[in-house]
Amino acid sequence: MSNLITLKNDVANVSQDDWTLVKLPPSQVEVRKQAGKVVLFSLTGEKTVTDEQVANTAIPVAGKIIVPLSVFITRHSELANRVAVGEVGVWLATHELLESLIENQNDINELPIIAVFVERFADGRIFSLGNLLRTRYGFKNELRAFGDVLRDQLFFLKRSGFSSFVVRADRSAQDAIASLNDFSKPYQGAVDEPRPAFQRYNRSA
Amino acid sequence: MYKYDEIDQQIVDERVAQYRDQTRRFLAGELTDDEFRPLRLQNGLYIQRHAPMLRIAVPYGMLSARQLHKLADISAKYDRGYGHFSTRQNLQLNWPKLEDTPEILADLATVQMHAIQTSGNCIRNITTDQFAGVAPDEVIDPRAMAEIMRQWSTFHPEFALLPRKFKIAVSGTKDDRAIVQAHDIGMEFYTDASGKIAIKVWVGGGLGRTPILGSVIREHLEWQHALTYCEAIIRVYNLHGRRDNAYKARIKILVKALGIEEFRKQVEAEWVHLKDSPNTITGTELARVAKHFEPMPYETLPAHDASFDAAVSSSPAFAAWVKRNVHAHKASGYRAVTLSLKPHGKAPGDITSEQMHVVADLATQYSFGELRASHEQNLILADVKLSDLFAVWEKARANGLATPNIGLLTDIICCPGGDFCSLANAKSIPIAKAIQMQFDNLDYLHDIGDLELNISGCMNACGHHHIGHIGILGVDKDGSEWYQVTIGGKQGNDASIGTVIGPSFSAEEMPGVVEKLIEVYLKERTDEERFIDTVRRIGVAPFKANVYAKEGADA
Repeated sequence: MSNLITLKNDVANVSQDDWTLVKLPPSQVEVRKQAGKVVLFSLTGEKTVTDEQVANTAIPVAGKIIVPLSVFITRHSELANRVAVGEVGVWLATHELLESLIENQNDINELPIIAVFVERFADGRIFSLGNLLRTRYGFKNELRAFGDVLRDQLFFLKRSGFSSFVVRADRSAQDAIASLNDFSKPYQGAVDEPRPAFQRYNRSA
Repeated sequence: MYKYDEIDQQIVDERVAQYRDQTRRFLAGELTDDEFRPLRLQNGLYIQRHAPMLRIAVPYGMLSARQLHKLADISAKYDRGYGHFSTRQNLQLNWPKLEDTPEILADLATVQMHAIQTSGNCIRNITTDQFAGVAPDEVIDPRAMAEIMRQWSTFHPEFALLPRKFKIAVSGTKDDRAIVQAHDIGMEFYTDASGKIAIKVWVGGGLGRTPILGSVIREHLEWQHALTYCEAIIRVYNLHGRRDNAYKARIKILVKALGIEEFRKQVEAEWVHLKDSPNTITGTELARVAKHFEPMPYETLPAHDASFDAAVSSSPAFAAWVKRNVHAHKASGYRAVTLSLKPHGKAPGDITSEQMHVVADLATQYSFGELRASHEQNLILADVKLSDLFAVWEKARANGLATPNIGLLTDIICCPGGDFCSLANAKSIPIAKAIQMQFDNLDYLHDIGDLELNISGCMNACGHHHIGHIGILGVDKDGSEWYQVTIGGKQGNDASIGTVIGPSFSAEEMPGVVEKLIEVYLKERTDEERFIDTVRRIGVAPFKANVYAKEGADA
């Protein structure tokens, strides 16, 4: 049974996943993914994915694939033909810089899917990433959350622009759907509904 | 005060349903401890030493009499008949059962209350001046903006899981009483040169393990942009704040690491995209919310009242209370009253269910049915007629709510400490009680004058010890409880962080240490000087010398 929830026209369903997720091989280098990006990248220039990992990533020869951001950037020439026919999506982890995707991909809407990996439930960077992809960079296609995705994040993920969710394997996706609608009339504007309550409703009562 | 419409009510009702289901899943074993933790915390539920602790939100400190009656009923029914007002204007219950918390929240929702985001790594209750709307030095009543910000921050999807907790304070007075410089974001409202409402925005302040006063990130922000500017700040923080070490995860650490110039540059770059987006506050919305905070229907009264003057001259006890617990008011013939939750020898900030009913009745009878909680952990009746003060005092006194010690040494700010809190290194309440008993002489207390003594049971600093004129911090040394003393901290516009005077003390030594600090002050002070002024003038050394004089060699 698939644990993928997809949201189409505000209707959520558990559906089959026709994408293959390409993973990085394990690394020997200890990474400090929870450190702030600025501290990690801008100040130290430290990488979290090694060149070996990128080189050793096994890319399936056919089918629809979601590749790691680092692989997408470094091995772009290998993938160019498949990107052109819409067979390639990209995933990034919450500590990676969105800017490096934008700099390396002229039209992000050429990607049918972007996925964001959240390692821990409590990592709320995923919400800002979704927001930026939708509002700053104009991404219109499927935006997926995967990793430590549990039902109590879904409402926030939806409001931050995500349109599909791979619920953690040990939990029921069917049950989780209910939480997408925990609140009917949220106060603030966000990606899914940019107008705050005071713009949407006549609250002069 | 703000009254819910259907939209507000629906949100708290839906929250109750959501939390009820989360609790059900936890009790059914469908959520692990680790998974339930962030969920319950965002609903104010801690698992403490003896029992859970539930922190109920009192938005910017405002309460109605009806709400306080309900809180009294809840603490009688689900707790041990008392509650504790915290330094963030909230009410904490120390003994509820986990299984009962959904029911408590449902009860709260019937009086437009909740526990949303009173804990956890999210935007917390927004705090302000307890005299908002009535203070004579007020430039702008910040409560309407505080309410607009409360709504905006409630379940803000982008900021639901921040690196760490996030506290916002707003202030609209000349003399800051909201400690805006000690918050993640501080908003100081003022009227600009063109007569419009503007905001001076502070960022990166906070107490805790690394006490830092905030920096000004923007001198002038038009009020319409309050929400979008906060979004820019918090987005930069959400993306770049450290998540690898809880002790380095507050925004102050990021601001410090980047420097305020670079941090400002990043925030402004972000704000270019957010400015004028739909979360920009409209004049209609500000007017709608501000309607809930219009001045009370005051009677036209003379500035003096003969019966009040007579009572002051005939009753020294009443006069002492008036001197300390009664405060100036915008409207002629009215005063604000602080009901002391600091009777000597009791846990500061604690209030019984019976006392809650008494205060609620006082509010109904004498203060338009409203009251406020202060960050100093007292309750305020904001709009009392001069001619009613004596009656209020009598009733308050009969119920242990009229200790005339506001702003004095025994008006101690104190966290729950090791008696209740599982984070604490040491107990704080017994220290507060012991100091109160040491100084249980009102004439002596009044002679010492204005003095703020703050106690925290650990470096998380819920008791704001860094900004106490005298600050006491509980520390753990090889498994036993010790107390480190700072002096020279201060809240307000000229806020400062206190200086540690030297090696720490045992609990038994603490009242004597405070006594020794006071000795130096009484000897050195000039006529006009408060304790803090003397410390600032002569420095820490003379105090240190006196405290460590005898046992200095082996301390």
